[in-house]
This record gives sequence, C-alpha cells and structure tokens, in this order.
Amino acid sequence: MPEAVFVRPDSLSDVSTHYCPGCTHGIIHRLVAEVIDELGIRERTVGVAPVGCSVLAYNYFDCDFHEAAHGRAPAVATGIKRARPDLAVFAYQGDGDLASIGMAEIVHCANRGEKVTVVFVNNAIYGMTGGQMAPTTMPGQSATTCQMGRDVETAGHPIRVAELISTLRTPAFVARASSHSPLAAVNAKEMLRRAFKYQVEGRCFSLVEVLSTCPTNWGLTPAESTEWLEKTMLPYYPLGVFKTPDGDDRAPLPRKP
Amino acid sequence: MAKKLMKGAEAIGEAAVQAGCHLFFGYPITPQNEIPEYLSSRLPQVGGTFVQAESEVASINMLYGAAGAGERVMTSSSSPGISLMAEGISYCAGAKLPVVIVNIMRAGPGLGGILPSQADYFQATKGLAHGDFRVLVLAPWSIQEAADLVQDAFDLADYYRNPVMVVGDGLIGQMMEPVEFYEDRQPIKELPPKTWASTGWKRDRPKAIINSLFLDPAELEQHNIDLKKKYDLMERDEVRFATYGALDSADVVIVAYGTVARVCLSAIEALENDGIKVAMVRPITLWPFPYEAVREVASKAKDILVVELSTGQMIEDVRLALHRPRPIHFHCRLGGMLVSPEEVIDKVKAIKAGTSEEVHYA
Ligand SMILES: Cc1ncc(C[n+]2csc(CCOP(=O)(O)OP(=O)(O)O)c2C)c(N)n1
Ligand code: SF4
Repeated sequence: MPEAVFVRPDSLSDVSTHYCPGCTHGIIHRLVAEVIDELGIRERTVGVAPVGCSVLAYNYFDCDFHEAAHGRAPAVATGIKRARPDLAVFAYQGDGDLASIGMAEIVHCANRGEKVTVVFVNNAIYGMTGGQMAPTTMPGQSATTCQMGRDVETAGHPIRVAELISTLRTPAFVARASSHSPLAAVNAKEMLRRAFKYQVEGRCFSLVEVLSTCPTNWGLTPAESTEWLEKTMLPYYPLGVFKTPDGDDRAPLPRKP
Repeated sequence: MAKKLMKGAEAIGEAAVQAGCHLFFGYPITPQNEIPEYLSSRLPQVGGTFVQAESEVASINMLYGAAGAGERVMTSSSSPGISLMAEGISYCAGAKLPVVIVNIMRAGPGLGGILPSQADYFQATKGLAHGDFRVLVLAPWSIQEAADLVQDAFDLADYYRNPVMVVGDGLIGQMMEPVEFYEDRQPIKELPPKTWASTGWKRDRPKAIINSLFLDPAELEQHNIDLKKKYDLMERDEVRFATYGALDSADVVIVAYGTVARVCLSAIEALENDGIKVAMVRPITLWPFPYEAVREVASKAKDILVVELSTGQMIEDVRLALHRPRPIHFHCRLGGMLVSPEEVIDKVKAIKAGTSEEVHYA
C-alpha cells in the first residue's frame, strides 16, 4: 500500500486559497495548522482573522473562527480567551493591521499578558489594499503611497515589532522567524510550536513575527521576492527569540536559521 | 429580594450581574465610572470577568470576541466613548452578536461637558455607525426601570442576536432610588441555545464563523434582507412606551423620555391643579419609536410639545408620527443644564396663550 508522506494538516480545510503565486501567507497557514495538529488542540482552538490579505483565513483553518475589525484581532482574542479560558486562541495579523491601526491593541494585549498567540505576518507592505506603505516598509522601498521609496525623514523608520513588544515587563514569548526558505520555515514552525505551547500551558502571551513575501505588490517574481526578503529585510529584522517567560525582561538572541 | 437604596450606576451594574452577564469590558469616562467600578469588584464574586480595556475601541472588540464565544457581555460608556465604539458596534450587528451597551449621555459635541444630556438621540436611533443596521434603544426614567431594562436588554440581545443599547443621562447614573431585584425573574423571551458560538469545533455542528464579511454581493444582499426582516420584527414586537395625564382631552400633549419625562410629569400635575389638561407620551424604546402611540394621543390634543435635553433631535420622529403636518412646540436645555418643572409649566401656559413660537410649522 502506498504510504502518504505529505498530507494536508487536519487543521486546514480542504480548499484552495486565494493567495497570489509565491505568497508565503499559505506556507505560514500550513505551519500554524501543523503545530495545532501536533499539539492535538484543534477541537479547542479558535482563530481570529484580520483585515488584510488573510481576511479569509476562517475559510482555510478547520476550526472555529472570528473575523475581526482592522487591527482589533488582539482585543477580539482577549474577549474570546477571557470568556473561555479553556480554548487555545490565536490571532493572525498583517503588518498594517497589527503595527499601524492596531498598535494599541497588540501592545495592551501583550502587556496584560493575555494567554493568546499572535502570528504576525510582516511583508513590509499593505497587500490587500494594493501595495501602500506599511509601518514595516523598508527605507527606500517603493510603495504606491511612497513611489520614490520610503523617506525615513517623513515616514520614520520601519517598526521592529518583535523588539518593541519584547521591551514590555510582562512575561511573554516573543520571536521573529521567516518563511522565505525551507530552512527558515522549519525554524518558524519551531517558534510557532513554542508560542502555542506556552499558551496551552497557561504560561504567557506569545507573539511570533514571521517575515513574509508579497511578490504582487513588491513587483517581483516569487524567486526574486525570497531573495529580496533575505537581502533587504533579514539584516534589519534579525531572526531569533527576543523574550521568553523564563528569561529576563528582554533577552535578544539573534540567530541565523 | 427586598428593596435596596442604590445609585443608578450600581443598579445598572447589579442588573447586569442578575441577568447573567459574565464579562464586562470598558474604559473610564465620566459620568459613568461607577458602573465599571462596581462591576470590577462584583463580577469576580460571581465567577465573572472584568477587564479595563485600553480604549473604547478595544472594549467593543473584546465584546465581539466574548459574545461570539457565547457569553453574556456588556460595556458602558458615555458619548465620546460610544462614538469610538461605532465601527465595532457595526461589526457586532453584522456578525449578529448579542451585546449590551450602556450610554450615560453627556453634553457634546466634541469633549463637550460631563453633565446630563440627551444629545445622542440621533446617534443611538439613526446613525450609530456605517451600514444598514439597527439596535434596540431602551431609555429608562428611573433607577428601578434602569435595572429592569438592563436585564431585559440581555434577553432581547440574545433573542434577536443583535446589539441592544440602554441610554440614560447623567441623572440616571447618579441618582439614588430604591431598587428591587426579583429572584425568580424569568427571561422575557424564549432563548434557544447558542449553537452558533465559537466554543471549539468538534465537527459535530457547522463550523462557527463570527463574521460580517460577505464578498459575494448577492450573499451580502441576502444578509441585509435577513437583517431587515429582524428589524421589522423588532418594530412590530418591541415598541415600548408609557402614557400619562388627560389622554382623551388634552390641551397639550408632551413627548419626552428619560428623566426629562419625570420633570414633565411634575409639571403636568401642577398644571392640572390650574385646570390645564396635559397628556404625555414617554417613549421607553427610542428605537423602535412609538409612532402609533404618539399619533393616537396627538390626534386628540390641541397642541404638541416636545421636551428634550438636545436641540430637538426627537422632533423628527414626532413629525413622522403625526397623521398630517402640525405645528410642534419645543422646549430644551443644553450643555448639561436641566429642564425644570417651572419651565415646562410656563411653556405649556404660553402655548395655551398663543405666545409660544412653534419650531415646526404645518
Ligand atoms: C478601519 C479600516 N481602515 C482601512 C481599511 C482598509 N484596509 C484593508 S486591509 C488593509 C491593510 C492590510 O495590510 P496588512 O495588514 O499589511 O496585511 P496584508 O494584506 O499585507 O497581508 C487596509 C488598510 C479597513 N478595512 N478598515
Ligand atoms: S497581495 Fe501580497 S500578501 Fe496579498 S496574497 Fe498577494 S502576494 Fe500575498
């Protein structure tokens, strides 16, 4: 009998996604689903979808879901978790969603130490609305609202969310990973696994920032996109664990995947 | 339970607890701080949860999460805070979530002031936020009625799977009056189990998706049609009002709600002693508005007077209620100033004497 060596995770629905070719949202979905499967928590997991390209995540994950208002996923996740502490609750958010309109919600959710997990997909652009500048857009990177490239004099520098959240005193697990290569994805899954595990153990808030590509709005091919991520984003957004509930206030341990 | 002297804000908080409200999310704003303060210590006593949110924006979205997970939830705020909640309330309506929102109205616009007002009438009844939706709006005139309506609000929210708003002015929050809670209180509606809630999916029911997004226009049209049917049912079944005074032979009929109606009632009693017959219709639901009742009583009265703590927002509904265009007289105080019985008496006498200027002409 043939043996299946690669199957769809139980926590992913049997549908195809609407993501563009080469977009790594789909890979990140799969990593999250594999972690949920491996921890055996699908039946008690509730996800929160953002407003952004992953707004339809509720169709892709095979568990109960809320679709939140733009930026408010951490508040919605707080409501769900406080109502039913036995659930495993995760929010899946883009960088416009989390780091711009939803900055207050993510900071205070983390600061209250809500026992939820946030998967933060940083693709350095607003994907869904057509490629406008995000708070995470790289200096000089062009976007539809900064066509000559991001000018740090007027737009400031890209926000490093993992570093920012890790400065909070409240115990948390905060890490940054990437999705641009198979090796990076293996590391990202490990970070996600730790994040969910801390939540399930009732330990702390957890956030994993995952660097992601947007070939469509970057105007690059999928292969060029992963290369651009590696060359441009990785040096500015170092990968690693920035904080654990066991460690000190902030213990950046940058490491190459 | 015996009657207990309670401050309005505490009675509202206790009413929520009595109704089985399990979670409260809110952000401080005067003049309603005593509601979250009361619940911050009271809810944990009954195994509930109080969270001080970082903003009203966060509060309403926490409600969205907790209500979606199937629990009874409430927030309270005052005018500027309700404005901040607008987007979230629209999401709750779109996702058919039962949430209870208390607005202890203060004077605006902008930061305005902290004293009593009814200037959020339009906001509550017509323009709460974007999209085609309605919320039931309940307006108590006493502390007992506030306690009763808050409990009813939870049943109505669950029954219709829709936000319900309780509006009061600063007086409702601050006054002390005897209140009674009934131990054997039964829900005012038959409430089915919340099988739609996101409680973790064992694949034994349809997947719960708490959502207001419909990318297919035909689906979204149908969703709006379904919501409209629900609002039609509310308009048919949930109108509440009270009438007072000389209903069949009034010289003047007053339309007023909330604590203003109490002031008007004192005026009506004093006017009766002077031989002037006055009736009053007090809307208890501001939406749905008691159009029939106003039409009925107004048809038998010579003149119509609207009294409000706003520049006349309710006049629009009174106009809609009338059979034919008729002059409407109006009296208001603004900015946190209160209407006195003497002012109402003088106004009614001026109407009788023909010296009151109408604000709306036939
Ligand atoms: C209140 C509000 N403002 C603006 C929008 C429009 N909007 C939708 S998605 C989006 C940005 C999404 O970008 P990001 O969070 O980076 O996610 P991505 O699409 O890149 O995955 C914006 C601004 C909205 N839906 N709601
Ligand atoms: S627009 Fe960008 S982020 Fe959105 S699906 Fe396409 S590639 Fe992915």
